[in-house]
Formats: sequence, structure tokens, C-alpha cells
Amino acid sequence: MSTLNSTYNAALDLDFERPLAALEQQITELETAAPAPGSAPGSEAGLNKQVDLAAEVRKLRQSHTAMLKKIYNNLGAWNTVKVARSARRPQVTDYLRLVVKDFAELHGDRRFGDDKAVMAGFGRIGPHKCLIVGTHKGKDTKERVACNFGMPHPEGYRKALRCMKMAEKFGLPVVTLIDTAGAYPGVGAEQRGQAEAIAVNQLEMSRLKTPIVAVVIGEGGSGGALGLGVADRVAMMQYAWYSVISPEGCAAILWKTANPETNAQAAEALKLTAADNLKAGTIDEVIEEPLGGAHRNPQIAADNLGKYLTKTLRDLKRYKIENLLRNRYDRLRNIGKIKELAD
Amino acid sequence: MAENKTSTLSTDVAKHASGAGRTWQDVAPVDRRSDVPEGLWMRCVNCEAMSYRKQVELNLDVCPECDYHNRIGADQRVSQLVDPDSFEPMWENLAPVDPLGFVDRIPYAQRLEQEQAKTGHRDALLCGKAFIKGRGVVLAVMDNRFMMASMGSVVGEKIARCAELAAETDQPFVMIAASGGARMQESGLSLAQMAKTSAAIGRLDDAGGLFISVLTDPTTGGVTASFAMLGDVIIAEPKALICFAGPRVIANTVREQLPEGFQRAEFLLDKGFIDRVVHRKDLRSEISRVIDYAGK
Ligand SMILES: [Zn+2]
Repeated sequence: MSTLNSTYNAALDLDFERPLAALEQQITELETAAPAPGSAPGSEAGLNKQVDLAAEVRKLRQSHTAMLKKIYNNLGAWNTVKVARSARRPQVTDYLRLVVKDFAELHGDRRFGDDKAVMAGFGRIGPHKCLIVGTHKGKDTKERVACNFGMPHPEGYRKALRCMKMAEKFGLPVVTLIDTAGAYPGVGAEQRGQAEAIAVNQLEMSRLKTPIVAVVIGEGGSGGALGLGVADRVAMMQYAWYSVISPEGCAAILWKTANPETNAQAAEALKLTAADNLKAGTIDEVIEEPLGGAHRNPQIAADNLGKYLTKTLRDLKRYKIENLLRNRYDRLRNIGKIKELAD
Repeated sequence: MAENKTSTLSTDVAKHASGAGRTWQDVAPVDRRSDVPEGLWMRCVNCEAMSYRKQVELNLDVCPECDYHNRIGADQRVSQLVDPDSFEPMWENLAPVDPLGFVDRIPYAQRLEQEQAKTGHRDALLCGKAFIKGRGVVLAVMDNRFMMASMGSVVGEKIARCAELAAETDQPFVMIAASGGARMQESGLSLAQMAKTSAAIGRLDDAGGLFISVLTDPTTGGVTASFAMLGDVIIAEPKALICFAGPRVIANTVREQLPEGFQRAEFLLDKGFIDRVVHRKDLRSEISRVIDYAGK
């Protein structure tokens, strides 16, 4: 699989990309088509044939681009969720490879274990030495199971916090890359204090004496995402989602049943896209993805993420720590919409 | 069971209470007010015993038969907890809006109107200044009658203000939590209230202030995963459901039998996540005791 330029490689787990896949197949067939028998290369007939073929391919490519634009300009919330979840979408390990230099992973919460759903380690982003934390979903079945499909247990949040405290001690800024459907809802997770772990992370991140940047790169599932998402600046990749609950969870509760129709309705209602979050003031910036999503060209997505992080870290490092913390608090304090009545 | 309950009854009632032939008059309150009309009995949702409603109320809405702690609204909680007439509500003028134009089966705006009419409150948190056994506190009580005390912008804002007031005035902050979690209808804004309230509790902590978190049935989701679990001292009422993910969600995920008493207050006590399980009748004295040790 060519992961670095897959513009003509529709994600088959995305139903709305199937028309693109059909076009791509035609393009591939024409491009690899052997010249017609009897028309020797260089002969006039052969040349004409090649010119026709090239024109045909060009036309198909134009339709492909037009279709791609049309689909992605009107993606809708539910299809955005599907893009964010696509198995083809770049994950934290891709960004660690494409954005971060010299990543040195750190393991374990020093309390219970090493949750593979959460990665942490030292690394350089542009000129900045950082502590990087990310949720990891895994690529193949074996890795996915090991990572619990990117759904952390309490020890994952505690590992992250332990490492972030170390970053504070050594004056390293913190970057978190979030891609999780949510914190794992299991027996062990509950009895080891999932709620406490997420709560403590939020409190400690709100007063960690070093700059923090959080980016939702894929899924931003509720408290499980927020447990790594309290920061001086919060951004989302263009086709990520971030919300208080998954569309399915919301549909099951408020629509009493989760099916493709209610999931789509819930996704729209939750205003979970990057653009909607920016409008609501819950994030500060949207990081652009290549046309047709990060899965088409992970390198471009990574370059944009890298540029954002480099610039933002440079900005945040200029603040005196007390001003940084005051701004961080005020930023959180100002999120929310209420009305103050006269009486 | 019958023996336990007799302590709240007068002795002439008590001598009948353990007998098989007792009547409902036997468990009437001590003053035996005869002006209460019929039909004011209630069936315990836990043990199914019928009790005289007035009797249950005098027992702080705890079943006299089995000690089941009924869910109570914020007004009732305040009147049970604070010194008479000492509660001074604050920020009652804060009202919710429908920031996202959220419509599920009914519009959020309409749902808010219904809940406000039902409860007489603008949102799901009642807070202000009060005295508990003579000790000044900042008190916040979540109101489970209002959209299951879910946390949206108003609840988050009031909690942050309470924590800030407690820090400024050197008073303990007492929170009576109960919630279905973050309010879906405000989506990302509700989610952000988790971070906001946690940060505000962090500020109170930095100021050396005392935060007592009292968890009542049910405390779940984004509320458990933020300020509720951040108490210097965490108290829970007996048998209260306290969780991040609800038991049904977990049962669906893991497809196995959940352990006995899973996610109940006593379970969390055993697992080391709360300090004490306290009977409702002892809440005033236990909160006072903590304040005497840890308050300023
Ligand atoms: Zn009972």
C-alpha cells in the first residue's frame, strides 16, 4: 500500500468513497492498458491511440478530483466520524514517524502496569524538545487488541500524568495527540478508578507548569479524550471529531435506538466536527488536511500538524509561566454559554 | 430489621412494631397527627415495604424498614443538611441557553422550559452560603429532578464560582453530587465544564481550601470524572451508584456477569476510591467533623 500518496486509493471502509473507487479502477485499467495489437510503438496509429488514452485518463482524473471535492466539501457530521475512524487514517504512530524526531518511548504508570492504549515519550518537534503523549489504536488485529483499540484504562491516564509531571520538572513542553473512542468501559477500569484518573489528569493539567498543546487527530471521545486534552491550545485535524458522547451513545439515549439514521441525526446535533467546535469556542484552531482527508496523503497532514505544533510551541514558550497558567485557567473558565438574568 | 426501626418510634408504638399484628397506625410518626389524609403511603423501591410518607420524610427520606436512601431533590437536601434558615442561595439568575440549537425527540429549549416548570429552578444546581452545625460553608447541591442533574454550562459555571468563592473567603466547599453526567444537549460545551470545574477545584486546592465531595445516588459519567472525584475528603451515601461508565454500558461491552455490588458506594470504599460511607442521618455531623479537622 502506498501510504505517502494514495490520492487514488479510496478507503474501502468508507461507503461514500465507493464511487471514487470505481473511477480509480477505470483510471488504473487505462493507465496499465497495453497498446492495441498491430499498432507498433512509434507507429502513427499507436501514437493516436496513446493520445486518446492520455486524454481519457486526464478526463477521468478531472472527474475524480471534482467528485472528491464534492464529497469532502459536503461531508456532514456522520461521514466525518467515519473518516475519523477509518482504518486507513494516520494514527499517532504515523505522526510520531512523520512529525517527531528521535522519539524515545517511556512506559508504565509505576502503579499498576503499562497501558498500550496510551503512548508517552520524549521527542523533538521542529526545534522543540517535548514530552509527547498520544492515544494509540493500533494498525493490525494483534496490535489493536494489545492497544485495546485505543481505549485507555486508568493506568494509561496515570502513565500520561507521570510523564507530564516529569516534563514539568525538566522544563519540557507537552504535546498530546488524541485519537480515542473513549475511556474503556470495563470492570477493571472501573474498579481501578477510571473516573478518578480522568478527573485528576484534568486538574493536574490545568496547573502543570509547562506549556501544553493538545490536538485531536482522529476521534475525541468524551472524557476519555479530555483526560489528555486540557491545554493552553487545543486544535483538531480537519476531519477529526470531538464531543461529549459518541453519536451512537447519544442516539441510544436520546433517540432510544442507535441505527444509521439516528446515529447521523445525533452526529449532526452534537456539533462534533472541527469547524463546529471552533465555532463553539471549545477549540482554538483547525489543522487543514489534504483534499479527501489525511488518509489520502499522510505526509501533507503530518506537515500541517508539524507546522502548527512548531509555531504554537514557539508562541507558548514566550509566556512567563504564571501568565501561561492564568491564561490557561481563563481559557477554560470562559468556555460555556449562559445568560445572566437581571433578577 | 424491625428492631432497628423502633428507635425512631415512641415506646408504645415500639412494643407493637415487632409483632405480626401491627397496623399502619403503629408506624405513624410520634406526634400521630390525625389530620393527614389517606393515600399518603409509599412503597419502598428497595424492600417494597409500605411506609407512611410522613414517617419516611421524618427519617430524611430513608426507608425505615431497610435503610434505603431515596433520591431527593436539591431543596429537600438543603433543608435536611443546613442549619434552619441559614441557606443563602447565590447566582440564581444564571440561566441555560440552547447554544447549539439541539433537537432530539424534542428541542432542548423546550425541554429546559419543561424542567424549569417542573422544578421551579432554572437549572440543575442549587448553591450558595450556608451553615452546617454552625460552621460556615459554600454549599452546592445537584438537583436530580432537573434533567437528571446533568452538567451543562450553568452547572459548570456555578461550581467554578463556588470553588472560587470558597478560596476567596477561606470557607470549606461542600458539594452534594448526583448526576447522569455531562449534558448531551450542550455537547462540547458540557464536556468543557468537566475541565473547568476540575481546574477550579485545583485553584481551591492551591489556596489550601477544603473541598468535601459527597456522592449520592447516582453519581455518574462526566461528573464523577471531574470535580466529584476530586474531594480532599470524599463521602458517599450507602448503596449510591458511583461510576464513570454505567453498569448497562459495561455489561454490554464485556458481556459477563458484573461483580456483586459493583459500582456501589461500599464497592468503591473497598477499592480505595472514597473515604467514608455515611448514613444520611449522620451527614451533618460527619461533614462538621471533617471541617473541624481540615477547615480553616
Ligand atoms: Zn425499604
